[in-house]
Amino acid sequence: MAGRNRLPRGGRVDRSKSVSIAFNGRTLAGFAGDTVASLLIAHDIHFVGRSFKYHRPRGFLSHGSDEPNALLSVDRGPGKIDPNNRATVAEAREGLVTHSQNHWPSLDFDVGAINDVLSPVFVAGFYYKTFMWPRRFWDSVYEPKIRAAAGLGRAPTEPDADRYANRHAHCDVLVVGAGPAGLAAALAASETGKRIFLADEQAEMGGTLLHDRTSMIDGKPAQDWVAEALAELRARGNVTLLPRTTAFGYYNHNHIALAERITDHLADAPAHMPRERLWQIRAAEVVLATGAHERPLVFADNDRPGILLAESVRAFINRYAVAPGRRIVFVTNGASAYAAALDAADAGLDVTLVDIRPEGDCGPELAALRAKGVTALTGHTVLAATGTRRVTGLAVAPVSPEGKIGARKILAADCVGMSGGWTPSVHLFSQSRGKLRFDPALDAFVPDQPVQATRSAGAANGRYDLSEILAEGFAAGSAAAGDSATRTFAATPTPTGFLPVRALPTDADPARIKAFIDFQNDVTAKDIHLAVREGFESVEHVKRYTTTGMATDQGKSSNMNALGLVAGILDKPLPTVGTTTFRPPYTPVTFGTLIGPSRDALFDPARKTPIHGWAEEQGARFEDVGLWKRAWYFPRGDEDMREAVARECAAVREHVGIFDASTLGKIEVVGPDAAEFMNRIYVNGWLKLEPGRCRYGLMLKEDGYILDDGVVARLAPDRFHVTTTTGGAPRVLAHMEDYLQTEWPELEVFLTSTTEQFAVIAVQGPKARDLIAPLVTGIDLANDAFPHMAVRTGFICGVPTRLFRVSFTGELGFEINVPADYGRAIWEAIFARGAAFGLTPYGTEAMHVLRAERGFVIIGQETDGTVTPDDLGLGGMIARTKPDFVGKRSLARPDLVAPGRKQLVGILADDPTLLLDEGAQIVADRDQPIPIHALGHVTSSYWSPACDRSIALALVESGRARIGSEVFVTTPSSFTKATVTAPSFFDAEGKRVHA
Amino acid sequence: MLEIAKEAARAAALDPDAATPAIAPMPPATRFALRMRPETATEIGSVAGFQLDLPINRASLGPRLAARLGPNEWLLIAEDGETEAIEAEIASALGERFHALVDISHRNVGLSVRGAQAADMLNAGCPLDLSTDALPAGSATRTLLGKAEIVLIHEDDAPTYRVECWRSFAPYVHGFLQEAARDFDGG
Amino acid sequence: MLLIPCPYCGDRPEIEFRGGGEAHIARPRDPQAVDDQAWAEFLFYRTNPKGLMAERWNHAHGCQRWFNALRDTVSDRILESYRMGEKPSGGGSS
Repeated sequence: MAGRNRLPRGGRVDRSKSVSIAFNGRTLAGFAGDTVASLLIAHDIHFVGRSFKYHRPRGFLSHGSDEPNALLSVDRGPGKIDPNNRATVAEAREGLVTHSQNHWPSLDFDVGAINDVLSPVFVAGFYYKTFMWPRRFWDSVYEPKIRAAAGLGRAPTEPDADRYANRHAHCDVLVVGAGPAGLAAALAASETGKRIFLADEQAEMGGTLLHDRTSMIDGKPAQDWVAEALAELRARGNVTLLPRTTAFGYYNHNHIALAERITDHLADAPAHMPRERLWQIRAAEVVLATGAHERPLVFADNDRPGILLAESVRAFINRYAVAPGRRIVFVTNGASAYAAALDAADAGLDVTLVDIRPEGDCGPELAALRAKGVTALTGHTVLAATGTRRVTGLAVAPVSPEGKIGARKILAADCVGMSGGWTPSVHLFSQSRGKLRFDPALDAFVPDQPVQATRSAGAANGRYDLSEILAEGFAAGSAAAGDSATRTFAATPTPTGFLPVRALPTDADPARIKAFIDFQNDVTAKDIHLAVREGFESVEHVKRYTTTGMATDQGKSSNMNALGLVAGILDKPLPTVGTTTFRPPYTPVTFGTLIGPSRDALFDPARKTPIHGWAEEQGARFEDVGLWKRAWYFPRGDEDMREAVARECAAVREHVGIFDASTLGKIEVVGPDAAEFMNRIYVNGWLKLEPGRCRYGLMLKEDGYILDDGVVARLAPDRFHVTTTTGGAPRVLAHMEDYLQTEWPELEVFLTSTTEQFAVIAVQGPKARDLIAPLVTGIDLANDAFPHMAVRTGFICGVPTRLFRVSFTGELGFEINVPADYGRAIWEAIFARGAAFGLTPYGTEAMHVLRAERGFVIIGQETDGTVTPDDLGLGGMIARTKPDFVGKRSLARPDLVAPGRKQLVGILADDPTLLLDEGAQIVADRDQPIPIHALGHVTSSYWSPACDRSIALALVESGRARIGSEVFVTTPSSFTKATVTAPSFFDAEGKRVHA
Repeated sequence: MLEIAKEAARAAALDPDAATPAIAPMPPATRFALRMRPETATEIGSVAGFQLDLPINRASLGPRLAARLGPNEWLLIAEDGETEAIEAEIASALGERFHALVDISHRNVGLSVRGAQAADMLNAGCPLDLSTDALPAGSATRTLLGKAEIVLIHEDDAPTYRVECWRSFAPYVHGFLQEAARDFDGG
Repeated sequence: MLLIPCPYCGDRPEIEFRGGGEAHIARPRDPQAVDDQAWAEFLFYRTNPKGLMAERWNHAHGCQRWFNALRDTVSDRILESYRMGEKPSGGGSS
């Protein structure tokens, strides 16, 4: 029931808790503590997927997060389908549904497997060479076909139904990896009482010790030592343990990103729990105890299901109590695989070991193994694996020190454990920008000089002997915590003998075999040879040409073999070939984890004005302006947008309209030097503006181009109420603060944002005064007492107000500023009085039309960061007698005074019903030869109810000199004829605002 | 007929009934941004019951709360309805000394966050170290919560935090904290 | 994400700050007296060094003060920060 390859004893699985999962529709039983991989292996299932390019049958290579082959789609319910889960990482839990990937129609019968037969075609660089011609096939044939065939797994189509969390945290020491080095480091660091985090990617902490059943530490079995260490750490209040948490990114100044998997392993996860949590930890010191990755050996057909890494065979037997095979051949070039062979033999399995090293180079591990009665062939190479969907044996032969291959024989096997040595996991250290050093004895890159406050310990640092690992971890942990304690650990010695090899010696034609370097990307030794032969000598180029080391496993198992092979072919020392750059993430991270809570309503703050709710109740349509939601128009009945906007515009021109202008930016400029400050920031003059008066202000960047505009009121000699555009508010305040703090610190002025202190209600139209008059107290609204461009303070409905007489519509108008919490009540009070006056709420679209009819510009619509005041015809606003203001000097830059600049004009299409496209190009002669010279473009275009025709504003080369002349404007299909006009279409003299 | 009842009409950005034991919108308040030179603050010590001679990023708590957010910037918080009185008091106390006093009573919204998980909830979006060593009670600083700017005031070791944000960001800040609080529902 | 030492608030995460480019480029006292080339250099020319660089930062979501910092553009190590108008204590290029 628990699988025929389940071993009768041992392992860390909980035999009292059975779980069952589904794999390709089959229900299979296992135990709590199984991974999907160990559960499948218990049922003798190794063939679990097809490879990326050749669609070859693939099984498990490893038992951990470096797994390149066994990628499954996991289905946890609607919206919870997730491709490319490593079966060696995914924990088995009741009801989990899994599927294999990259095959059609089925895993057993796969049409794409033809690629394996056609493989001579699919060499490295195949795509670059093949899909060159004909040109017209690029878009129509090649790209769609390649895209359809590319990619691993299927992206889910439903929105992600899980929730994800985010957490910022700080600590004194972050230890990454809870193997022997990490545990020792955490023990040492936490003795100081400082804040310690210990994170490990596995469900259980302990690392390699979890599958070590023979080593002793300080007189205790290694696994007991782990249990005691964890108990000790848990008891210390200053330690936070994060299992199932992968440190995937090491960023500046010890900022580490970690992904914690919280509910995937739970059959009945509480609904409130997030699936995963992104931890962003800022650590004063980091200890990297990330271990090492075992390397595969490179021989023909080394990818057959049943061929695993030797240490993984050991982990499956010891930790999960499953036999990856009954007849196991270990192939190795070093001592570490002997421990796996011994454990396999102890488990009652049929074991043979093949060592590439000559007999004399082997250490005491050889005698120890033979003493157990295990056959060990030294000085042998592997020529090839046999079998297709499952390994059936290995062809091995003696090889002389000169490389001469002897007679071959077949060793029958249903499982192979291979070991090509170890590669320290330096990914995070390298991400931290630490420099690596090549250690020839280890045949590996190890951490050298750190750039950040980080230290590496244990196998990640190239240390493989258990007592050394523990001592180094302890010292690193103590030093990271600012102490200098050391401890020696009495641990079983670890045999570490090792002879580096590249591709195993063979007598076969290398061009006819597939010896895989990178399993996930189907890169073979042959591909590397080809790449180098074609001139790709830099490892970064080889990587991109062959794709070795790419994809989800990022070359954890393949990197060193690829590098070694390139170095060998070039006959250069390996370190001169270099190593590829390690980039985050260390292992794949879900988008959900990266996004966290920032989705739906929390994707961005949706800023709403105090009057928003009223507009919503009236059925307003809204538009986004920056983060603000602004009422766009208020349709009545079946009105479409154009009808609604036309009605709203007409109401403002004929009666009165009410508009929510609360989003306008507002800045209070206060201090004895306020006027002088304004004088330097704006092009206008401010010293003579009297309190109680307003002025339309224009400000430039230092380069002379318009930054923002808005009405400014002088409330008192030392106090200005500045308004900015809605989108420009933060930019303008930052611009002002920059100059105030860094250029003119001597000015006695302070700036405060008051954007959200006030709700702003614009009441515009001929009847505006009559409408609000009875509501206002303390202000004489008579035309001569309160003229256009004046400001008064008083009360409206008893609420204090700053009342502006201003207009962005061309009509008599007021802008009523009231404290925000009163905004809606005041709005409603005005609205309640409005019926008799034909009061109509209008939105941003009508506002745009009304201002365009008058020719008022909108910064960001008529301007694009390269427009000067003169370009807009606003040169007259510049107080030229001022000695200086921001941007003044730039207005004399040669380009800004050159003839032919684009100037604001009106454009009227000859066909008055035709609405020009905003952004449409304007040309003088539609028949000129290509490339046609564009004179400019349409910046604003609307249907004008007041003019009863379409109108447009545009920036046109020497536009003012072209007024009255004919131009052509692009349409989606052609050109249309139009006339250049002055940029004002209604009440050009601006008389109505003074009514 | 023309006057609206001010108390009834002050419509807060957040529904005060949306309070939970952990996260509660705070009642309307009087608030000012007060700016002056550091020397002036040292000289006058306190004004209108607001203690100003504080280190940067510290607050004096109580019914008249002053949080020093920068070398020349204080956020003053008092009970609703005290605007005119405080304005007058500060104006007379500071006289001709260079300063700026701006009413921001309605600009900000306050939220109270409290309980054993309060720091963890805030750390869902606030990147600061909220441990009591790094941010002891009586600390106050402008910072971020997710995509919103906030002022964070650590009031006491319950712990209680006061979160102040701009009015239009309040629903986001409230929603963000409620979402973060879900992590602790079952715990 | 950098950890930036604000001279007023201490170490704060980079997302609280806004960068302001190269420091110590003073606005000419009388811009109108500056010729086109010199004005263009003030506006647009920056040294973009590999190594130590003095740059402007604004603690936008903190105390909102502008200050300068010395950063090594290779390692991103920040050697020191100092208030506007002050000079770096040592090692600085300007």
